[in-house]
Amino acid sequence: MAKKELKPSQIQAQIEAENAAALEALRKRREKEHRKMERSKGSNKQVGKSWKNDIGIFLFLTILGLFMILPIYIAIVTSLKPVNEIFIMPPRLYAMDPTFDNFKDLFVVANNSWVPFSRNVFNSVFVTVAATLFHVLFACTAGFILAKCRFPGCKAINKIIVIALLFNSQVTYIMQYIVMANLGMINTYAALIFPLIASTMGLYLMIQSVGQIPDAMIEAAKVDGASLMRICWGIVMPNSKPALMTIIIFQFQAAWNSNGGSLVYDEALKTIPTVVQQIAAAGMARQGAIAASAVVLMIPPLAIFIAAQSNVMETMAHAGMKD
Amino acid sequence: MAAETQKKEILLPNERKMSFKERWGYTWHEMKRNSMCYLMMLPFMIFFLFFTVIPVVMALPIGFTDFDMAHFPPKFVGLQNFYTMFLEDDVFIGSIRTTLIFAIFTGPLSYALSFFLAWLINELHPVLKTIFTLIFYAPSMAGNIYFVWQLIFSGDAYGYLNAVLNELGFTTAAIQWLTDANYLLGCVIVVQLWVSMGAGFLAMRAGFQGIDKAMYEAGAIEGISNRWQELIYITIPSMGPQLMFAAVMQIVSSFTVDLVGRSLAGFPSTDYKAHTIMTHAFDYGWIRYEMGYASAICFVLFLAMLLCNQLISKILGKYMN
Repeated sequence: MAKKELKPSQIQAQIEAENAAALEALRKRREKEHRKMERSKGSNKQVGKSWKNDIGIFLFLTILGLFMILPIYIAIVTSLKPVNEIFIMPPRLYAMDPTFDNFKDLFVVANNSWVPFSRNVFNSVFVTVAATLFHVLFACTAGFILAKCRFPGCKAINKIIVIALLFNSQVTYIMQYIVMANLGMINTYAALIFPLIASTMGLYLMIQSVGQIPDAMIEAAKVDGASLMRICWGIVMPNSKPALMTIIIFQFQAAWNSNGGSLVYDEALKTIPTVVQQIAAAGMARQGAIAASAVVLMIPPLAIFIAAQSNVMETMAHAGMKD
Repeated sequence: MAAETQKKEILLPNERKMSFKERWGYTWHEMKRNSMCYLMMLPFMIFFLFFTVIPVVMALPIGFTDFDMAHFPPKFVGLQNFYTMFLEDDVFIGSIRTTLIFAIFTGPLSYALSFFLAWLINELHPVLKTIFTLIFYAPSMAGNIYFVWQLIFSGDAYGYLNAVLNELGFTTAAIQWLTDANYLLGCVIVVQLWVSMGAGFLAMRAGFQGIDKAMYEAGAIEGISNRWQELIYITIPSMGPQLMFAAVMQIVSSFTVDLVGRSLAGFPSTDYKAHTIMTHAFDYGWIRYEMGYASAICFVLFLAMLLCNQLISKILGKYMN
């Protein structure tokens, strides 16, 4: 009844009011959603998001995480147990009377071999530093060129690099040995360092990261007359620090854990992992010392990874393969 | 990309096909113009050539010979090595089976697990994200720490697993986890899974983090109503490149399983249960010094990895744009 009496202008006003109300409601809902999103900072999910889900995920990950961390925990506990506790039956998941005896023992045992342990430590540090330094220097320049320069053969080389990711040093170990034997490198530092420098993974990550840098930046530098070397180290590398950090970390891990194996047989050239393996060959009797060595070996890569974790995540975001 | 189109314009200024000589002249000119590029790549490429390319390429020719590192030149034996490998060497055939079992568990399974974990971790608060990423990545970073599993799976009552099972009353006698042919492979697979959350897992974590949030908002408006739909229609398609990278990493680690099995189950393991293709190559390369045969084994492994890689890029190819 009342509707009929309304004039067109009134209907218009009513519609406008309704629209305004709807818009207001929409705005409020958006705001609410926005606040909700703000609250759940760090998550990018919009649908089906609730704190119950989060708790569930957290519990699930914690249980799985405990399984992942348990062996590392056991290694640490074992390294802190005195000898009499190591042979308690059943084994305990904690040390009643923690001591650093095993760490001392490790050094004593290691020192009793043909060369002092300090020599092995020096070898490890030297190999790690040299392999990391040269790998980073070479992989950065080569990565920049392969990502940003067009020249005959660049596409082929890029393809080869992607395929070569499949053939890490573990698979090519035997063949590498034959090559190095022919080059007369067996039982030298070169045998430990050179294969590490050739790691494809670092180069690949560098190519992918440098690819993200806008071409205009490099063109501008070229116009200003900068040489390629200057562009690489003066402009591109300072802008790809995360990638730089990442390949340093990966290379450090690989070099630090690298085991001379068959490549060196001279005691004076062996690195810590090789020596630890020799000590571990003594079996259960040296359990404490083995655990101590594993803990000591684990600390440097772990510390470096924690320090630079955000850089790694940023680089890995560009690690994807496009074709 | 801009440089590339430019190059094409110069290459074909008027749709005319260049003669062979002209094309080489042009290429040579381009090479001279870009000589600085080659010079800057040179240091890495020398190492890459000697320690990756030559070793891989050499596997085939050496595979055709009988070579023991002491007698030069290697004796050419034609296809003898490959013939022996597939028709006479029962241990090798067994190792293919073991490698495939490993590949299935530590390949697709670990791949799916990495993806699933990365997805779950991504739902959490940034601080928790960092902590969980570290926890799952730590085992693959921590060098030789898998020796601890020897304590856990130890065959006597000092082993943690045996102790727990005994306490709970499931078993009355200690089980020889690492020497009993029934359990050995399973144990090594568990440890291999444990160390397998490496660079691929990190790439996936980063991939999730890099997805544009607006995509999910758009998806919600378009009618996506639950997380599974979100995963299938938004997340996976926007992570194609990371998924491919992780796949390559997974192929490498699952096809070259060797060291973990060798150090836990011993070498050789009971009934060759943990004897993979890599272990076989190690056996012939380092124990018997039959480098020719070891090279042939490596070559077959390379081929298998390449084929697997091609297959996966075909499957993931549709997500690549």
